Amino acid sequence: MSTTFPSGGAPAAAPVMPDVMPTRIARKGITGYIFRNPTIAIGGFLLLLLIFVAVFAPFLWTKDPTALAPAMRTRAPSERWWFGTDMLGRDVYSRVLYGTRVSLIVGFGVAFFASVIGLTIGLISGFVRWADSIIMRVMDGLMSIPSILLAIALMALTRGSVGNVILAITVAEIPRVSRLVRGVVLSLREQPYVEAAIASGTRTPVIIWRHILPNTLAPMIVQATYICASAMIAEAILSFIGAGTPPIIPSWGNIMAEGRALWQVKPYIVFFPAIFLSITVLAVNLVGDGLRDSLDPRLAKRV
Amino acid sequence: MALLEVDNLQTHFRTPDGGVNRAVDGLSFSVEAGETVAIVGESGCGKSVTSMSILRLIPEPPGKIAGQIRFNGKNLLEMSDREMRAIRGNEISMIFQEPMTSLNPVLSIGNQIGEALVLHQGLSKREAEAKAVEMLTLVGIPAPDKRVKEYPHQLSGGMRQRVMIAIALACNPKLLIADEPTTALDVTIQAQILDLMRDLKHRVGAAIVLITHDLGVVAEVAERVIVMYAGRKVEEAPVGELFNNPKHPYTKGLLGAVPKLGSSLTGESTRLAEIPGLVPSLKNKIQGCVFAGRCPEATELCREINPALELKAPRHQAACHYATKEAVAA
Amino acid sequence: MSMTMGRSPANPSAPAGRPLLEVNDLKKHFPIKAGFFGGKTGNVYAVDGVTFHINKGETLSLVGESGCGKSTVGKTLLRLYNPTDGQVVLDGQRIDDLSEGKLRPVRRRIGVVFQDPFSSLNPRMRVRDLLAEPIRNYGLAKNGADLQARLDKLMDTVRLPRDAVNRFPHEFSGGQRQRICIARALAGEPELIICDEAVSALDVSVKAQIVNLLQDLQKDLGLALLFISHDLAIVEHMTHRVAVMYLGKIVEIAPKRSLFAAPKHPYTEALLSAVPVPSPGQARKRIILKGDVPSPIKPPKGCRFHTRCPYAFDRCRVDEPRLQQTSPEHWSACHLHDLPAAENPLARDTVLYS
Repeated sequence: MSTTFPSGGAPAAAPVMPDVMPTRIARKGITGYIFRNPTIAIGGFLLLLLIFVAVFAPFLWTKDPTALAPAMRTRAPSERWWFGTDMLGRDVYSRVLYGTRVSLIVGFGVAFFASVIGLTIGLISGFVRWADSIIMRVMDGLMSIPSILLAIALMALTRGSVGNVILAITVAEIPRVSRLVRGVVLSLREQPYVEAAIASGTRTPVIIWRHILPNTLAPMIVQATYICASAMIAEAILSFIGAGTPPIIPSWGNIMAEGRALWQVKPYIVFFPAIFLSITVLAVNLVGDGLRDSLDPRLAKRV
Repeated sequence: MALLEVDNLQTHFRTPDGGVNRAVDGLSFSVEAGETVAIVGESGCGKSVTSMSILRLIPEPPGKIAGQIRFNGKNLLEMSDREMRAIRGNEISMIFQEPMTSLNPVLSIGNQIGEALVLHQGLSKREAEAKAVEMLTLVGIPAPDKRVKEYPHQLSGGMRQRVMIAIALACNPKLLIADEPTTALDVTIQAQILDLMRDLKHRVGAAIVLITHDLGVVAEVAERVIVMYAGRKVEEAPVGELFNNPKHPYTKGLLGAVPKLGSSLTGESTRLAEIPGLVPSLKNKIQGCVFAGRCPEATELCREINPALELKAPRHQAACHYATKEAVAA
Repeated sequence: MSMTMGRSPANPSAPAGRPLLEVNDLKKHFPIKAGFFGGKTGNVYAVDGVTFHINKGETLSLVGESGCGKSTVGKTLLRLYNPTDGQVVLDGQRIDDLSEGKLRPVRRRIGVVFQDPFSSLNPRMRVRDLLAEPIRNYGLAKNGADLQARLDKLMDTVRLPRDAVNRFPHEFSGGQRQRICIARALAGEPELIICDEAVSALDVSVKAQIVNLLQDLQKDLGLALLFISHDLAIVEHMTHRVAVMYLGKIVEIAPKRSLFAAPKHPYTEALLSAVPVPSPGQARKRIILKGDVPSPIKPPKGCRFHTRCPYAFDRCRVDEPRLQQTSPEHWSACHLHDLPAAENPLARDTVLYS
């Protein structure tokens, strides 16, 4: 009654299933990465371009950005002054290019210091129970003041310099970072791999260093890019209202502040630094969004 | 004509790196009116993708569905979105695994049950609420006229799953797709829900497609069983036949891998049967039988030629070159 | 250790040698905090007086539904939580009140395997470093070569290829990761392994592999296992003795055969009858419990099970039952056993399953 194969004749073969969608060769290496993360690629390219501009500003056909030329005031953009000149006859093109330096230094500086300090505070807050409620109430207090007002207030206490601008904006940004890190630390502490490490006799400092810290970095880096972007805007605002970088240093906020009086007749003085600021912030945000999507979408969304 | 006929269903996904994941690859089965069919398999076998494909809940892209899914003779895959919406939640409805996340936290229970009734059957709000109370009574929720005004967070997990069932049954569907309906529940609550499903099957008369990995649940509620492996159907049989006379080595392996309650009383427990190895990646086309890599009896033939599904006994199909064939009435 | 014997009704049967682990009246309450300064507004009575012991080389299973406190028991034994009250005695030494520093050498003797093989392994560490962590923590390896030899042996024990130590967790499947977790639990050469739902998240075929591996390890290495699970069929297959928990208490504790043949607590009886069995058409007496498990914030007075118990009578609502012996080594906390045998539905020795 029962027969095992082969029961005479050829083995019954299942019909071959067609391809529903065209097979593509999986891209590997750097081209694959760019293909999968176009936002990072575009943002990163713009950002590299701006860094290049900042570093090599003296060699990019610029003049001395602080050289006054009263005879050449408020010239329109032309072959000689690509972006025109301002009311003191300074070359706007040169000033905007040198201004890139201020913006990037402030942006990266704030992102770095706010991350490091915020990470430390967040880790302490997430691990030391008694310190947590105190630290978090202080952070709540700081966060209840709009960060730009806080920065203005801090600048009022000191004298204008790039370093002080970085300091003021960093202080205003720290609460956000430490809250993020604390949240991540608290959720990581509950992770079975951390519990397993504790049960394996690992000491607390090692737990933090080896199991907690590396896993906070992904959301941290994403957050740092957003801080970088908002710090650049904050610097421009501070400079614009005269509470930031001293006027002698060409920063985009300063250039715009000086061009403000002539906005209706000579719009280009404000226009070019504004465009550069927008592109820079856009580039940083694109990198941030791309990193968030590719690093760890689950963790980063918790911000 | 069967109520639901799935014909050569293929659901493929584009992977982020540009490859293709052949999640379901050439699945055919049918469900008669009022029948309970279980689809069993391990994670990644394509059973949930199948249920999502039937309701066309697969996002396209990255997914793409090919083949035919005929419901009452009409191909769901050719319907417009509007026609499909008229069927979803009305003629075909679905129960999900997670009763926590499948209910809207800001709508009252009554609203959520009544929603489909207002949408599909044109009931007024008041009629819908009356019907909602009726449905809650049907699924055995105490004090239904009070519960109907409550919100999901006020209910326990078992109660939420009862509400999910009430929502699914509100429009008297002809087909109910239950995707792991008891997996997230505790044993005693699972027993309550399975009891309810058996009871409702007699009273409501809807056909059920039950997606599960739990062979115990299958044995308790299903009439016919489809075993899936790596995106394909490897065996199909009436439930008693499948458990007593499995033909495919994978099914045999699955049955041997589950310890039975009462094992300690029938003698000293023996070792569980292992299925060695891992499920193959669906990103590559598989040459030969999908199970050949893990099959203890695989031969050169199995690695080269993919076995067709054949009738091995009455109403019993299996895709194995070496499955014994019993006399089958032609 | 002997001081604890008096008040533990389930422990007097301390066998020939002393048990490896003794747990006496263990309690773990979690405070519920609310408000600006986090004032305490109540307690979650997750574990509320649990007593049991595990002998060397023995498997004790802790079963129950979600929220019954079985996982909390495991984590409290591991001192991931500090116990609220009670004693934990490992091999004659009290470990529940040790400082973190004194606890470290004790931790070596207890390994742990958690449920989710995906979140149990730090995604940024190679298998080599994951396994070497406990070995280094306890200073077990004499030198680099010894460490390598230990890693090789661990990988052999869990039946993974030796060169897999150089890979990251995400390169493995769920079952393989659980093997890595087991290897890590074994790295400190423990005497007891706590398996907290260690096979629950795995697919059927993989589950069988891991269950077999655990059984082999127990036999070969003489390990004691605390097997925490909700899957009664797996428990019956794996275990020597079973403790059934309900709302933070052990309601029944007995050798496997005695418990599965004739449960002496109504909850155990209902639990067993609720398990779906993969044999279609088999008619079984099924007890379907009404309602849900009450909240552990406000456990019911009297017997905690009386709100769902089909046999509950007046005494159950006021008087909390204590564990009492119904047959050798079989303890149950139920007032039914104080009734005459004719009125006790659980007195029969009928076998529930055949």
